[in-house]
Amino acid sequence: MTLLAWVPRLTLAAMLLPVAAGLWGVFAPLFGFITLNGASAAPMADVLAWPGLPRAAWLSVVTGVGSTLIALGLVILILSQLHGSRALMWLRRALSPLLSVPHASAAFGLAFMIAPSGWIARAVSPWLTGWDRPPDLLILNDPAGIALTLGLAVKEMPFLLLIALAALAQTDAIRSLAVARSLGHSGAGAWLKVVLPRLYGQIRLPVYVVLAYAMTAVDMALILGPTTPSTLSVQILRWMSDPDLTLRLQGAAGAVIQLALVIAALAAWFLAEKLVGKLGLLWITSGTRSPWLPALRPLAIAAAATSAIAVLGGLASLAVWSFAARWQFPDALPEALTTRTLDRFLPQLGAPLAETALIATTTTLIALILCIGCLEAGYRKRKPLEGRVMWLVYLPLLIPQIAFLPGLQVLLISGGLTMGRWVVILSHLVFVIPYIFLSLSDPWQAWNTRHATVAHALGASPTRVLFAIRLPMLLAPILTAAAVGFAVSVGQYLPTLLAGGGRIATLTTEAVALASGGDRRAIGVYGIALTLAALLPFALALALPRILYANRRGTHP
Amino acid sequence: MKRMLTALSAALFATTAMAQPDPSNWDAVLKEANGQTVYWNAWGGSTTTNDFIAWVGDRVAEEYGVTLEHVKLTDTADAVARVLAEQQAGKNEGGAVDIIWINGANFASMKRQDLLFGPFAEQLPNWQFVDVDGKTVQTDFTVPTEGYESPWAMAQVVFMYDTADIEAPLTSMDAILEWSTAHPGRFTYPQPPDFLGATFLKQALLDLTDDAAALSQEATPETFAKVSAPLWDYLNTLTPTLWREGKAYPQTGPQQLQLINDGEIDLAISFSPGEASTAIANFQLPETVRTYVLDKGTLGNASYLAIPYNANAAAGAMVIANFILSPEAQAHGLDPLNLGYGTVLDMAKLSDDQRAAFDQIELGVATLTPAQLGTALPEPHPSWMTMLTEEWTKRYGVQ
Repeated sequence: MTLLAWVPRLTLAAMLLPVAAGLWGVFAPLFGFITLNGASAAPMADVLAWPGLPRAAWLSVVTGVGSTLIALGLVILILSQLHGSRALMWLRRALSPLLSVPHASAAFGLAFMIAPSGWIARAVSPWLTGWDRPPDLLILNDPAGIALTLGLAVKEMPFLLLIALAALAQTDAIRSLAVARSLGHSGAGAWLKVVLPRLYGQIRLPVYVVLAYAMTAVDMALILGPTTPSTLSVQILRWMSDPDLTLRLQGAAGAVIQLALVIAALAAWFLAEKLVGKLGLLWITSGTRSPWLPALRPLAIAAAATSAIAVLGGLASLAVWSFAARWQFPDALPEALTTRTLDRFLPQLGAPLAETALIATTTTLIALILCIGCLEAGYRKRKPLEGRVMWLVYLPLLIPQIAFLPGLQVLLISGGLTMGRWVVILSHLVFVIPYIFLSLSDPWQAWNTRHATVAHALGASPTRVLFAIRLPMLLAPILTAAAVGFAVSVGQYLPTLLAGGGRIATLTTEAVALASGGDRRAIGVYGIALTLAALLPFALALALPRILYANRRGTHP
Repeated sequence: MKRMLTALSAALFATTAMAQPDPSNWDAVLKEANGQTVYWNAWGGSTTTNDFIAWVGDRVAEEYGVTLEHVKLTDTADAVARVLAEQQAGKNEGGAVDIIWINGANFASMKRQDLLFGPFAEQLPNWQFVDVDGKTVQTDFTVPTEGYESPWAMAQVVFMYDTADIEAPLTSMDAILEWSTAHPGRFTYPQPPDFLGATFLKQALLDLTDDAAALSQEATPETFAKVSAPLWDYLNTLTPTLWREGKAYPQTGPQQLQLINDGEIDLAISFSPGEASTAIANFQLPETVRTYVLDKGTLGNASYLAIPYNANAAAGAMVIANFILSPEAQAHGLDPLNLGYGTVLDMAKLSDDQRAAFDQIELGVATLTPAQLGTALPEPHPSWMTMLTEEWTKRYGVQ
């Protein structure tokens, strides 16, 4: 076997071994395979005895399922109403960069917007509301998790929307729509009846990913979520970092419960899909034309605009706070702008920035080499990507981070191994590989193989074709995939914290640590730095091919 | 023969690797520290402390060639957990944590489990300046320090209030309750188990109980139930009048500053007499904020630095602990423009030049003088904090 043939196995191992090891680490203590000195023999019983468990578990389900439903509903509303319109093109352009905004930054920005003392309240006070002090309203960190649900929904909506737009290309939508419209259906009705059923099949896995993620998000829950009690994932994190080591195993037991919750929710979602499918079929075959549907168009535009403004406005408020001098309620803007906050924090940003860049670059390079190796190996064996492979790629994204990372830490501790930068990179790879693979596989397969045929005819080896023709021609999508991978790595909070043993300080971990201090100016600076770290590579990915290949046609979009 | 040699060299290797520096030989400590990287694990939620630690890092790099890395924790307990984990895994040298900002329950637990390097504190050259008689720097929450941690700042509970909204200081817990009932939603405290939130519980208990002496003994379920009863009665009445009706709490002390600055609350607890002045200078509090202490007095304690038994850079850590006790560092920390923490030094032990640095400092508009602060009340035994926190969480932390 050649080296190349080993790459797919190596890639699978890099993605799945840490997950498998982590799961072993959370299950083993339950059956006594792993014990720590002085730790409780029955960690699961201890977790079940924690009085906050029912509420925390319920919150995890409600915020996760609720936000996924809202995000998916918005995507369906927007696409059905706005497909083919200029508004959608605009929206796509506005939302693409939002995709890579780290969750922590988005959550900070949103918190700055919607808090009773936030920007929205300031903008309309006191002239409209009569408030000269912020109202005592439980908007942020509310016990029902509404702020968290909405925050997750506006952050996941762009992801699902862009995935759906990409998948639409494979649904033959335009011709189906034309037929349905000729039968008298409205644009929206036709879309819901003939496009959505096929589209949903294409985006089902990403929807599952969103659901699993939303139920277990830690960084967003720390910033927007309830505290009396917090969601289960946050509580697991607390157990994992308690001075009392016995709680470490309790954290592992909590992770098992969290995993069971996610699996149950995914199963329930799957059953609901079947039910909705049946009902939908009745609706489609009933032949009704639903004339009220087009009336929802303004709602779709409003919903799209609101979610874009929520994230963009949040980022803007981060920027304003970074430069704000005194800024009291209900002033809409600070009394003055100053660079004092920036002067204070810029010197401290250097080290975490370097650490972030080092980890993200290494992870991205490794992942890129593995993914290109996989795709090339598949191409040479003439093996198309099957659904089975896609499931494997999505698997690490479906298993919640909070479910297996604690196990990884328990394993490392019980094995006496040091956590550090390499472990962080390995744990980032688990999440970076799938995203790079997903964003690269379509352009890779869309490449016209007749270029290769010609080159082979001229005597070029497969390796030479790869390096001299295919990679240069695919430079733009490769760079985009690299930017995606970089952004994913930059945004990782939990893997960095748990695999790094708390000693690897990246922009994300520093920013979330600052959140506990509540200093909006500091959070503003770190939030903006974090966002730029994720976005700048995208700008580079767009600019580089244009500069390098300014004299070539067909190699840039 | 060969086997004996291997055994011998293994033994030799073990002892050299295990050897930690001798604090009484300060020249050797300085020599060993030069070039070391020290990981200081300290809570990272306060931007002013972060700045102070960065300043210390610059100074010890210039002066002693020691590189200081601040590992920002969300909770000091994280660092204790790390050392514990290393001990359990048999990692008895080259540990990840070199120096910890610590006190109270975390210190008691590390000391009990032999996780600390030392004793070293009283051998540090700058120990000569420490106010051993006037300040509680040799017992930490009733636990004798015995040289296993070195004090670096004095703290005392004060209440910060916005004079634009509250006319006169509310100098007892009952006065606070009365005011909060009349002005619902304008007071809160950090959510226990946050350190400052737990401090609020202790402060309230001290003010409400008739049996303060019981608090210096280890709590038992019986004494706890009896002594803490007035606190729960008090909180049952207070909670519905709190900010957000007690359904949400600020997660840390500094979050209260943002709430006061936004006009959401008017009154907050602080464990640093200078914090309000520093925050005013940084635009984090309105200029109208002042501080006060309760009539019956408020809790006070010292913050300490401790070195784990398996620290990788114990020599560098001692150099840092010693530098922080220097008149230069203490004066820097006392200045509300930098940190606003109380000094642990005895002014009478300083030279005139050294004292001048302290005399020049403007304590700030919102900082009380030592006379106004009065004598600090001693901390209860650490077991009280643990049990108060657990009971609070059961009653108010999970709804």
